[in-house]
Amino acid sequence: MAESGTAILADGLSKRYGSTWALDGLELAVPYGIVYGLLGPNGAGKTTAVRILTTLTRLDKGRALVAGFDVARQPRQVRRHIGLTGQHMSIDELLSARQNLEMFGKLFHIGRRAARRRADELLEQFGLADVATKAPKTFSGGMKRRLDLAASMIRAPKVLFLDEPTTGLDPAGRREVWQAIVDLAAQGTTVMLTTHYLDEADRLCSRIGVIDHGRNVVEDTPEGLKRRIGNERLEAVAADPADLPALAELLTKVGRGTGEAIVNNAALTVTVAVADGVLALTDAATELRARGIAIADLGLRRPTLDEAFLQLTSAQEAKEATA
Amino acid sequence: MSALMPTHSMPADDMDDSPLDRGRWAVADCWTMVGQEFAHLVRQPSTFAWQLGFPIVTVLLFVYVFGSAMDVSGQGAGAGYVDFAMPGMFAMTMAFGFMNTAFPVALAKEKGFIDRLRSMPMASSAVVTGRGVADLLHATVDLTILVVIALVLGWRSGGSLAATVSAFLLLLWLRLALIFVGIWIGLGVKNTEAAGNLFALAFPFGMVSSVFTPPDLMPGWLGAIAAWNPVSSTATAIRDLFESPSVASGFWIEDHALAGAVIWPAIITAIFLPLAVRRFQRLSR
Repeated sequence: MAESGTAILADGLSKRYGSTWALDGLELAVPYGIVYGLLGPNGAGKTTAVRILTTLTRLDKGRALVAGFDVARQPRQVRRHIGLTGQHMSIDELLSARQNLEMFGKLFHIGRRAARRRADELLEQFGLADVATKAPKTFSGGMKRRLDLAASMIRAPKVLFLDEPTTGLDPAGRREVWQAIVDLAAQGTTVMLTTHYLDEADRLCSRIGVIDHGRNVVEDTPEGLKRRIGNERLEAVAADPADLPALAELLTKVGRGTGEAIVNNAALTVTVAVADGVLALTDAATELRARGIAIADLGLRRPTLDEAFLQLTSAQEAKEATA
Repeated sequence: MSALMPTHSMPADDMDDSPLDRGRWAVADCWTMVGQEFAHLVRQPSTFAWQLGFPIVTVLLFVYVFGSAMDVSGQGAGAGYVDFAMPGMFAMTMAFGFMNTAFPVALAKEKGFIDRLRSMPMASSAVVTGRGVADLLHATVDLTILVVIALVLGWRSGGSLAATVSAFLLLLWLRLALIFVGIWIGLGVKNTEAAGNLFALAFPFGMVSSVFTPPDLMPGWLGAIAAWNPVSSTATAIRDLFESPSVASGFWIEDHALAGAVIWPAIITAIFLPLAVRRFQRLSR
């Protein structure tokens, strides 16, 4: 089902709001048949990018093709080939699930009878057949979002855009929506989703583009991205500031060549990247007892997304500075 | 999981780009949006009740509580007040109708519903035209219900059939003009909460008028504002068409209410239709 060519192509995509550039020369090349994740902190420009690619917002500079059509000059053609599920539950809460899908079918111009048939197909596909006549206001968050997804799939779009598809959902709802996305991907739908959850991107996407301040930071597979971010780190909190140098020396040693331990004097913490977390943790505990250094806390930390961004973006800035 | 690619239900509509086809789709999509509004009313008829509750309660208050003290016909306190107040209630319901437009528009914008529609290959004009047509039909149903209540309370039109029909057309003409105001406001407010606060604005707009009290009974300056209120022109014009008793007016505009009832909505439309269209187009900024 994958077509040759590129599902999404963006070249120097830029958008200015007032004096700030929400997007500042974003580049994208997403092939058909994959789930592409656009990952970034709030305000990175993810939603602006999706709004431009789905013809909702005009771009100020650059060019973008979606399903082979120019978003600025051929918006009507683009709209025929895309589906969009935004951050909100953009379904009619009063109409029944089936009435919603029939209405969207008519507005997608597939004809009244086809709209009815397609509504039934989608209710079945998204596991909503049992609640077809109920109003979404009685649904759980996950069910609402699945109905929202179903409404985006009416014309089996070439590219499906999902803007933070699980924001505001409880864990059960997230899992439901994840499964629905995995199923769509398995059937060959090209998906671009935005998220600020690293685990969500990891789980769903085969390629991830990290963006910040409206610019590309890095693009990689989830595995590659995790390698760049680094693995677990061992963190010790000193009980006495005087122990910090000794702690730093000790943690550098148990890190076994992963690099110098980093001291944060204000927080009284010492951190080191480790290859084998459990081994490093037990080594450190043994050494600490042997030397009689008292500590307030010792533990393994996975990098938070904030740290990952800091790390990736500071690496990017350093690269730009030397270029 | 099945039927991802519904090849059997995909029409070859990539041919619908001619101006004629686009016009046809604009009408068809508008009609689909109107259908959505009416499906709402069928599924949740209490909406009607809530929206009509205010004018009905207000008119009962005025007819039975305040009206008995008012001499609107020059024939003594309370005389002819039902005939005076009912046309006022019709006009006020049309005037407050702009909130019935603004609120759903604000809700659809806040919920991302308008964005979803704009990302679809439908005629985007239908988002606005559908709202307008639905609201006009809604207003017609509102008026029908209010007329039944008015008849029960003893109101009768003294005018000819043509005059009576003209009066109701003037009411819908006012409502139409205020649809554009409602869309403009609905697209402009931050959220539905802000739209809900519009009542504070609507209340004086509806009340400082000839709706329940002749402007001549008010202090001079307030009377002037009330007399020049577009709602007053419509209220006074339809009273004349219904041949309701009314006191002589000292305001020029009250003596030319019929012209006012035609021209005021035209002016409002001329201002707010372009503003509403502009605001809709600016959603893509």
